Amino acid sequence: MSTVNTSRRTASKTWRWLAAPLVALLVGLQPALAGELPALTGRVVDDAGLIDAATEALLVQKLADFENKSSDQIVVATVPDLGGEAIEPYANRLFRAWGLGQAGEDNGILLVVARDDRKMRIEVGYGLEGTLTDLHSRLIIENTMVPAFRAGDFSGGISRAVDDIVMVLEGNAAELEARAKRNESSDWNPDTLLMVLFLIVWATLFFGGFAMAILPRMYGRKLGPGRYEWLGMTFNYNSSGRSSSGGWSGGSSGGGWSGGSSGGGFSGGGGSSGGGGSSGSW
Amino acid sequence: MLAQRFLKSLLRLVPAFLVLALAVPLLSACGYNTIPTLEEQAKASWSEVLNQYQRRADLIPNLVETVKGYASHEKDVLEGVVEARAKATQVTVTPETLTDPDAFKAFQDNQAGLTSALSRLLAVVENYPDLKANQNFLALQAQLEGTENRIAVARRDYIESVRVYNTSLKTFPSILWNSLWFGNQPFQNFTVSDDAMQPPKVDFGTQQGG
Repeated sequence: MSTVNTSRRTASKTWRWLAAPLVALLVGLQPALAGELPALTGRVVDDAGLIDAATEALLVQKLADFENKSSDQIVVATVPDLGGEAIEPYANRLFRAWGLGQAGEDNGILLVVARDDRKMRIEVGYGLEGTLTDLHSRLIIENTMVPAFRAGDFSGGISRAVDDIVMVLEGNAAELEARAKRNESSDWNPDTLLMVLFLIVWATLFFGGFAMAILPRMYGRKLGPGRYEWLGMTFNYNSSGRSSSGGWSGGSSGGGWSGGSSGGGFSGGGGSSGGGGSSGSW
Repeated sequence: MLAQRFLKSLLRLVPAFLVLALAVPLLSACGYNTIPTLEEQAKASWSEVLNQYQRRADLIPNLVETVKGYASHEKDVLEGVVEARAKATQVTVTPETLTDPDAFKAFQDNQAGLTSALSRLLAVVENYPDLKANQNFLALQAQLEGTENRIAVARRDYIESVRVYNTSLKTFPSILWNSLWFGNQPFQNFTVSDDAMQPPKVDFGTQQGG
């Protein structure tokens, strides 16, 4: 009886040891679940319905052009409400969830407008804090957005604020060009291509050798002692060295590997923000 | 004959080598790297916290000078800020001493003191329309707000990375490595102080310097 009891107890102990990392994992996932964030559907995410269609199309075009030129990602988001959260942590969470800006460069900007809370914020990524300073963001909010919003002109206010942001970022022209150059889409540069080719050749030789040595014996048809036929080739393992007659036609899988740029959908480049920028209300 | 036997014994060793070759990567996968990695992450987050607090401390002399120009007779409040800043910059917690609860508490208390002194100053400023319209003051205020927000973000990141690190010290399998090899102590984390838990008091009286 007692031995059963102790064994059960140790079993429950080990079980607890195994469960601990699982629990830690679940707890770790929890912050991600707290308070749902809107999905990144494009450069303008108008969940609160504040921007009219014509302005939205114009904005999307403008922001796409600007990203092509500078690699800076600017995204406009309007939400109905913040769900009781302050706008600063909300904007930071949203920025990081969407990963705006290029990874390592952190050159993203998020303009959030919360309709029912009557609050807005410009959240600036780490990499742009020096160019679009907190004071710039504040001035854009106070002088451009607030007056327009008070007059009920949300489309105009947001559109002019984006113009202002672009203007400030373009003001630092030298840095802008340098950044764009650093982040050129480098999917097809010759180095990568060479590397991939080298790997393919190497892997074929390496694994092909193994396959030639082993697979025919396993799957091939036995023709005689040490001679096998597999995939239309004859393998002879008797003599030193392998004579495979009837060589090996074409092969090499062909398809696959559909170069980086996925086209279509828009997604963040993996940048982050440390809480730069400014907030305001109207 | 002898050579053949030698070869045979060598061949018999091959599985052992294979097992070893497989086991070495597994060794790192079973948690040896976890603790140092998480520890460095937590230390890096702490450096960011210090960085942002330093940024705030650097803004204050300018702010005090600007306010002095308009509200020189608010001596108590101004001196309070200067004193709190001096105290706050005295105590620093280096990443090596993050396990020390006393140093950490002193740091947190001093920074909280500076925060409340600053908020008193900004409350006083409300009584001086000229100051509020001053461009220099507006710039400083925007920077101060931005810095406070950055502090909040840096603290949040630190809290999260310390949570992960401290959890790794207490959970399987990394707990084995810690008890047998590293012997690390958990890092101190921010606690919400009592004054921050209370909702702010709204005072409609004309009390100055409150």
